[in-house]
Amino acid sequence: MEDKDTVLHIATRKGLFRYEQRASSWDLAGTAFLGENLSLVHVDPRDGAVYAALDTGHFGPKLHRSEDGGQTFEEIGLPAYPAMPEGWEEMPQFDGKPITWNLRMIWSFAHGGDDQPGRLWIGSIPGGLFRSDDRGATWQLVESLWMSERRKGWFGGGADAPGIHSICVDPRNSEHVVLGVSCGGVWRTQDDGETWEQKAHGMRAEYCPPEQAYEPWTQDPHCVVQCRDEPTTFWAQHHNGIFVSTNDLESWEEIEGVQPSVFGFPVAVHPQDGKRAWFVPAQKDQHRIPKDARVVVTRTKDGGKSFDVLDRGLPAPPAYDLVYRHALDIDASGERLAFGSTTGSLWATTDGGESWTTLSTHLPPVYAVRFADR
Amino acid sequence: MIRYVVQVSFTPNLGVHVDVTPLDVDGRTVREALEAVFRARPRMRGYVLDDQGRLRAHVNVFVSGQMIRDRDLQSDAIDASTSLWVFQALSGG
Repeated sequence: MEDKDTVLHIATRKGLFRYEQRASSWDLAGTAFLGENLSLVHVDPRDGAVYAALDTGHFGPKLHRSEDGGQTFEEIGLPAYPAMPEGWEEMPQFDGKPITWNLRMIWSFAHGGDDQPGRLWIGSIPGGLFRSDDRGATWQLVESLWMSERRKGWFGGGADAPGIHSICVDPRNSEHVVLGVSCGGVWRTQDDGETWEQKAHGMRAEYCPPEQAYEPWTQDPHCVVQCRDEPTTFWAQHHNGIFVSTNDLESWEEIEGVQPSVFGFPVAVHPQDGKRAWFVPAQKDQHRIPKDARVVVTRTKDGGKSFDVLDRGLPAPPAYDLVYRHALDIDASGERLAFGSTTGSLWATTDGGESWTTLSTHLPPVYAVRFADR
Repeated sequence: MIRYVVQVSFTPNLGVHVDVTPLDVDGRTVREALEAVFRARPRMRGYVLDDQGRLRAHVNVFVSGQMIRDRDLQSDAIDASTSLWVFQALSGG
């Protein structure tokens, strides 16, 4: 492994934290937005910019960018929904009210390909996808998706309103973009957002009546990732299972029987080897705590045929840490991973998960973890 | 023609994000006064109003000590030489 500093950005309920690893020691190197609620942090490897998405309780979502690796930030443009056309109707959500066209939360963030300088993507709650071509100064709603009748069928999962939580820009072709939607399946464009198709075929929804269980439009993938060097492989941590696609989203295959649980939020895939993926399971959907109060990481190295349960360096039971969908990350080498929990714990590994180091057990609730080098 | 002078003040908590120095603006309704504020400080708009121009759920506006009634359009009339306060609600933190 190269002997260079590893930088890790942690977005939490009460601020942004930056850890750096020097030699074998992890140190808290800096903080930003202390006291503020952050929904995401993202690093654009094309120019090193760090983006921080705030979800201020009183004053709404905001977006900031750092040009110096996360030490100082400047507020930049924010996506906004247009006025709703006359006569347009939204579907009532679980609370009986239709969604309003307001940016509730920045829920996913991605950068475009090397051939698209300045291109950024934001996925939001209540479901709008936004595109910028000027590094976030201005944003445009992707109307082809937002105005489609199928989008109106999306419904809330963990949040009251639906949202886009995963954006995969295809390393083979930057105009190919895949979205994970809770709840609304997996969507793909192959023409830079002009048209969209549903790609959740093969996913199974336990929360639907049996005859609708394989209906792709109602699937709730919690997190979708694409392998960088084997880009026909995608992994999904779904609401009721683990799914993999090895045929470029022609179909998904369910991986059953993974112990201790197939429920969880995040998934990470090795950037070079699509057969290797990591999960942080929780007991089940109505019990979102680690099974037997034991925090573990599950890892497959063979495409889901077998799984290792990794816990060396993780806390002895009882521990009740829950890990959200953006709070597990893997770096460009594929050897370093880190994850943070809603109880403010943070762990990292430099050997693919064989052993873990505790960085903190006293952070605010962790929402997103991102390596600078990814 | 009477020039309406509305002094607009802000919760200091907003000062973490934007300039909250009080300022005098002209306006016959709360919205007109707010629009005058936003012309002077464009970034303030997104902190006070949502995408559709409604008062944010956790923001309150008071006119001469009274909370405004029309949170959607802020059409509440204001008198000349009054004060307008932009506060945060108790909820939302």
